[in-house]
Amino acid sequence: MSSDQQVREPADSSQAADVAHRKRFVNGKSLEALALPIAWLAVVILFGVLRPSTFLTTANMSSILASQAVLVVVTLALVVVLTCGDYDLSVASVVGLSGMLIAILNVNHGVPIGVAILVALAAGLLVGFVNGLFVVLLEIDSLIVTLGMSTFVSGVVLWISDSNTISGISPDLVQPVIVWRILGVPLEFYYAMIIALGVWYVFRFMPLGRRLLVVGRNREVSRLSGIRVGAVRWGALMVSGLIAAFGGVLYVGTSGAAGPTSGLELLLPAFAAAFLGATTINPGRFNAWGTVIAVYFLVTGITGLQLLGAQSFVQNLFYGAALIAAVSFSQVVRRRRAAGTQ
Amino acid sequence: MTEPQPLLRARGLSKSFGGALALDDVDLTVLPGEVHGLLGENGSGKSTLIKILAGYHQPEGGTLTVNGEEVPLPLPPGESRALGFEFVHQDLGLVPALSVAENLFMGEIVKPRNKFFMSWSRAQREARQIFERYGLSLDQNATVESLRPVERALLAIVRALEGLRRTAGAGPTLLVLDEPTVFLPQHEIGLLFDFVRQIAQSGSSVLFVSHDLDEVRQITDRVTVLRDGRVAGVVATAETTSAELVHLIIGHDLTAMAPTAEQQVLDRPVVLQVSHLTTRWLDDMSFDLHAGEVLGFTGLVGSGYEDVVYALFGAIPAHSGSVSFAGELVSAGSLTPRTAMAAGVAFVPGDRQRNGSIPSLSAAENVNLLVLDRYFQNMRLRQRDLDDNAQSLMTTFDVRPPQPALEYGSFSGGNQQKAMMAKWQQVAPKVLLLHEPTQGVDVGARQQIWRMIRDATAESSTICASSDYEQLAAICDRVGVVARGRLVGFLTGSDVSKDRIADFCLRSSAGVTADVVSSDLDFNPLTNH
Repeated sequence: MSSDQQVREPADSSQAADVAHRKRFVNGKSLEALALPIAWLAVVILFGVLRPSTFLTTANMSSILASQAVLVVVTLALVVVLTCGDYDLSVASVVGLSGMLIAILNVNHGVPIGVAILVALAAGLLVGFVNGLFVVLLEIDSLIVTLGMSTFVSGVVLWISDSNTISGISPDLVQPVIVWRILGVPLEFYYAMIIALGVWYVFRFMPLGRRLLVVGRNREVSRLSGIRVGAVRWGALMVSGLIAAFGGVLYVGTSGAAGPTSGLELLLPAFAAAFLGATTINPGRFNAWGTVIAVYFLVTGITGLQLLGAQSFVQNLFYGAALIAAVSFSQVVRRRRAAGTQ
Repeated sequence: MTEPQPLLRARGLSKSFGGALALDDVDLTVLPGEVHGLLGENGSGKSTLIKILAGYHQPEGGTLTVNGEEVPLPLPPGESRALGFEFVHQDLGLVPALSVAENLFMGEIVKPRNKFFMSWSRAQREARQIFERYGLSLDQNATVESLRPVERALLAIVRALEGLRRTAGAGPTLLVLDEPTVFLPQHEIGLLFDFVRQIAQSGSSVLFVSHDLDEVRQITDRVTVLRDGRVAGVVATAETTSAELVHLIIGHDLTAMAPTAEQQVLDRPVVLQVSHLTTRWLDDMSFDLHAGEVLGFTGLVGSGYEDVVYALFGAIPAHSGSVSFAGELVSAGSLTPRTAMAAGVAFVPGDRQRNGSIPSLSAAENVNLLVLDRYFQNMRLRQRDLDDNAQSLMTTFDVRPPQPALEYGSFSGGNQQKAMMAKWQQVAPKVLLLHEPTQGVDVGARQQIWRMIRDATAESSTICASSDYEQLAAICDRVGVVARGRLVGFLTGSDVSKDRIADFCLRSSAGVTADVVSSDLDFNPLTNH
């Protein structure tokens, strides 16, 4: 079709205003994208100045990076599902299930660690599959399904472990997770970065990532554009279960043991970091590197406060407040943006 | 005879956003008891002007006189109501799940006279009396969602007028109707207009804001036409032709269209054959679509005509029937959007905000949605190529401004719709399905979209379901009319005109089928069952 045949509209005077508005908006957006990394840097500098002898040490830094690898992985699992427009409250309990399966198989039954890991990953996949069964096939709200699944799975963990902590995981797992280091940082951190790289690659460079985003924004539009909405949502829930199970592998690799309630404490921090991460790098969208930065921003703040003498309850204060603040912030931004485009 | 003192006289109103003038030295005069049209394309400054009168925007210059008294600008919040202005916007501001009476007395609920007790029996009685006074038969106990669209509009207007009676007392009032007909089916607009005339006769002035030429011609006494933020003209409606108004709105004349002669089209090969299609509304519908044909379907609201395009795309389930795409027969019930797309069918749904696009994503992300796989090479999406593709589509389809990175929701209705056409045209569909392709679109863009449809159909075929008879007349070679789920007949050739289509729709749904296609005259329930 050639455009010169078309009837031309008269020039629209509001266009210029729109373009001007957009220019400002784009600059505003880049600043918004960098706000959290800048805040992180500020936090590092602040505690570095306040506690130079303890905070700015290599040991502390590598401990911060490695200790939160599991949280990074669990948050990434959550981000996949959130992008797709669903919730997955079962990620934290899957960490516990995966860890406990490895411990029981490896320690109690002498199953080789590689096989135990595969079973744990398959269990995560299965949880995601069952979630999808209810969410996609029976069209039940994912919040409800995964809330129930979370409690159900944690019940399973208590059952199979007889409410005991099982320790003595094979060093074949512990060593490549926490002992071996590159640049002084345990390999665990790099595994988490590889997952982040994978999520980033899918979100940014694969059609699947775009479909995930579109399905998350509007299922009907997706369906009418030929996207297999059910398959995408189901797949996202399964991938989430798989990634969370991998988080469980790192969890037992770090501590060498699996407790009956291990991993459950990660749920709220994961939500806080996911929503906080969506305010940065690519504001308004859940994204891999924003997630990583959000996790480390939160942890740096908490570690710093604890070095200043704060008690452990500061963790709950910090994560809880961060979740509400992140969601409020993104809502306010969205509202302001909506008002700006009127 | 001297001119009556105007109810409202605004002079030299100006307003700019980010350095661009949205309103430039605009005058507006509304006389007592008149229906005054405010006409212009999207972006011409209509809403800016209204928002100044509502006290929402602060003008940079200008004066406002109400009943001969100067009123300082900008208007403080709440002042417009004290002056006797009330606004009804196209979304009406009703709560669908609440009853008619609850909606009518929303003001009382929000700001009660008695904080501790509210008599609902009294409220219901008063509601009944109010409706009686206005000559309306609305059930005060029905929920608003169960009302017909026009009844909702009437309710919103009555609520506005009653609100004014409470605040402004018996003084002169101005009711501003902001695009009140956008969500109304064609045949109900008349009811709304009767009511508007009744209001004007009772002494209140009405400012009727619209981009629809025909409606403005029907209902208004005088019209102020805005173009690019300036007054293009103030005319008496009765003394102005449609063509003159179009000229004022867009600054030039429209070009005439030449639809393909009907016989030529019916001689071409059949590309799509629909047999016995039955859906929740449609009953046993069969027809052929020819190469290069634009086939329209229409009917009154509730007749089910729009199901055709939704069912053929698999967007809603078909109960029975079969479809033959270029000789390949499939059962209609097995169609999904994916299989339809694979057969070369494209579909632009009527509700572009909810079913057609994702306003919070960029224009590029919206138009590229169907072709992502084309740009996935060497294990990565070619982002720059995607942007270039969006850019060139937007230029070709005249989406303004042609900036792919802008949020889709920030474009005007016409430009959004053009982007949707672009999205689907790039997959070169063999059959293009459309539902209300120009709803809420201004007159210039409407013409462009019509031309896009005709141009695209040179190499494919189109089915357009619409209740906009003027549109069907402009683009269709044939128009099928549906009444109560049944295809009553086709209008062809010179019968494809706005008046003939309207006439046919009304007659066929009233059961008067005297001059309908002959085969339908043979229909006899007794011999057929």
